[in-house]
Amino acid sequence: MTMRSYFPWVAGAVLVAVPFVYHSPYPLHIMIQILIWSFAYTSWSVMGRFGLVSLGHGGFMGIGAYVTALLWNHVGLSPWLGIPVALLAAGALALIVGWPCFRFRITGHYFALVTLALSGIVLQVITATRDYTGGSLGYTPERHKAGESALLALQFTDKETWYLIALGVWAAGLYIWHLVDRSMSRYALEAISEDEDAAAATGVNVTKEKLRITVLSAVMTAFAGALYCQYQMFISPDTVSGISVSLQMVFAVVVGGIYVSLGPTAGAIITLLLAETLRISFGTKAVGWDNLVYGVLLVLFIIFLPKGILGSLMEVRWLRRQATSVIPGGSEGAAANGDALRPDPSLRSG
Amino acid sequence: MLNVEGLVKRFGGFTAVNGVSFKVEPGEILGLIGPNGSGKSTIFNMLSGTLSPTAGSIRFEGREIAGVSPHSIINRGIGRTFQIPRPFRRLSIFENVALAGFYGQGSHSQSKAFAAAEQALALVGLPGDRHARVDGLGAAGLKKLELAKALATGPKLLLADESLSGLDEHEMDQAADMLDRIRKELGMTIIWVEHIMGVLMRIVDRVMVLDHGEKIAEGLPSAVAHDPRVVEVYLGTDSAAVQALAAARG
Repeated sequence: MTMRSYFPWVAGAVLVAVPFVYHSPYPLHIMIQILIWSFAYTSWSVMGRFGLVSLGHGGFMGIGAYVTALLWNHVGLSPWLGIPVALLAAGALALIVGWPCFRFRITGHYFALVTLALSGIVLQVITATRDYTGGSLGYTPERHKAGESALLALQFTDKETWYLIALGVWAAGLYIWHLVDRSMSRYALEAISEDEDAAAATGVNVTKEKLRITVLSAVMTAFAGALYCQYQMFISPDTVSGISVSLQMVFAVVVGGIYVSLGPTAGAIITLLLAETLRISFGTKAVGWDNLVYGVLLVLFIIFLPKGILGSLMEVRWLRRQATSVIPGGSEGAAANGDALRPDPSLRSG
Repeated sequence: MLNVEGLVKRFGGFTAVNGVSFKVEPGEILGLIGPNGSGKSTIFNMLSGTLSPTAGSIRFEGREIAGVSPHSIINRGIGRTFQIPRPFRRLSIFENVALAGFYGQGSHSQSKAFAAAEQALALVGLPGDRHARVDGLGAAGLKKLELAKALATGPKLLLADESLSGLDEHEMDQAADMLDRIRKELGMTIIWVEHIMGVLMRIVDRVMVLDHGEKIAEGLPSAVAHDPRVVEVYLGTDSAAVQALAAARG
């Protein structure tokens, strides 16, 4: 047990130490990307793990990025204030879309379709207001002026700073995941995902519980968008909003493992490294082929490892421990505290 | 305690419940019987807020609850079980009951909810082990879990929906004794819906008989069992069934 309880701290210390001993910009850039997307995927899975499959999170991410950048460029509002405004906007949109869905029992595939429309709408709004947002050509937050504070503008040129920011945000995302996992809300949401009427009959306010988790998830995702915007200093509808980003989130979480806290992170590492490797190895010789191979590999993952890579690994370990354990049910409560796999064999897609 | 007047529920052109009125006094067990499709479950679903009535009023402790949402009805003190147990299989047995203990009592404290869960599990005779899975339970165990969930919400009035279907005779007797104990020990008021007449007659204070959405008889078990309309409607004219009823009364 001591090994287990020390491990997160040791791993954390190693991760924090990386930028102080290692300065190569390209690997750092990849790691920052992975951390930001891991946070975004974790945000999605906060609700996705309860069968609330949203295909609209690209929309929330786009709002986080665009509202922050627009307020900075047009109003001169520092991201320190712009980001909270963006988060409020994303939360409000989540309420507007979520309330009617949950109140009128739009669940499963129908919920996924409604949220799919949401990503489409956000994308359309960004392209339609191209005079302000740059449309499909993308948008760049203005560099802060020479005399002004980089901190106030939340613009840093060195990768080390961004790495530490992204690491902190990612760790906070995991912490929120665990807070939800340990709360009574998890009981309620698991119950709701199985049987809404029976959940209501235990006194759960189904609409309220679903709204709370949706707003939390949307706000976190918008924060990922804002962070992405500040780091990349360039956003376009394709990279932070729209249906493709929404699908990217779902795929990555499914590949990594939807029911484990580090599943979305594993998904981000695998999908980003895979995409990057394919992009470099195919290069300019066969444009588009990297995407094809990427797509085929994702489909294979989903078919053969429906619990995700991390999920499947943890299940194997869990089963081994079950097998070697002398005391019946002596699995350290791994399944019950949500660290290991839900025994539910099927991945809920709706 | 509960005062129902002129309750009507229509589904399109079909009238499932047609002007039913009844009262429930604190501390009593009211048996609600009737053949399949007589409107028992519809009445239950209206009392628990799952359905809202087409017309009529339901007053619980003097307050109107017709059409109020299910979760707020639970929080006012009406707990229910389902005819077919509806456990949450992704949660452990304990978590199922703790959930009810938390949300059914106003979502105040997790430790209170856990205590309520332990108490309810002990009362129905299920293990208090935090990690025991629902999948290990048989039909009788699932009924017990269903009851524990309802009890953990801390109800003043318990709606028990056909809690004995699918049990053998011994298990039925045990379940009936359990309801009797709950009433005596916790001072809970109970409405018990059932179509197995025998066991119910032994425990309840009063019986109400429904047929085609209307109340056809109400009163003491012995009186109702003699009522010719009840015998005809509920048991048909099958003499074997009448004898079975007589045996149950004895």
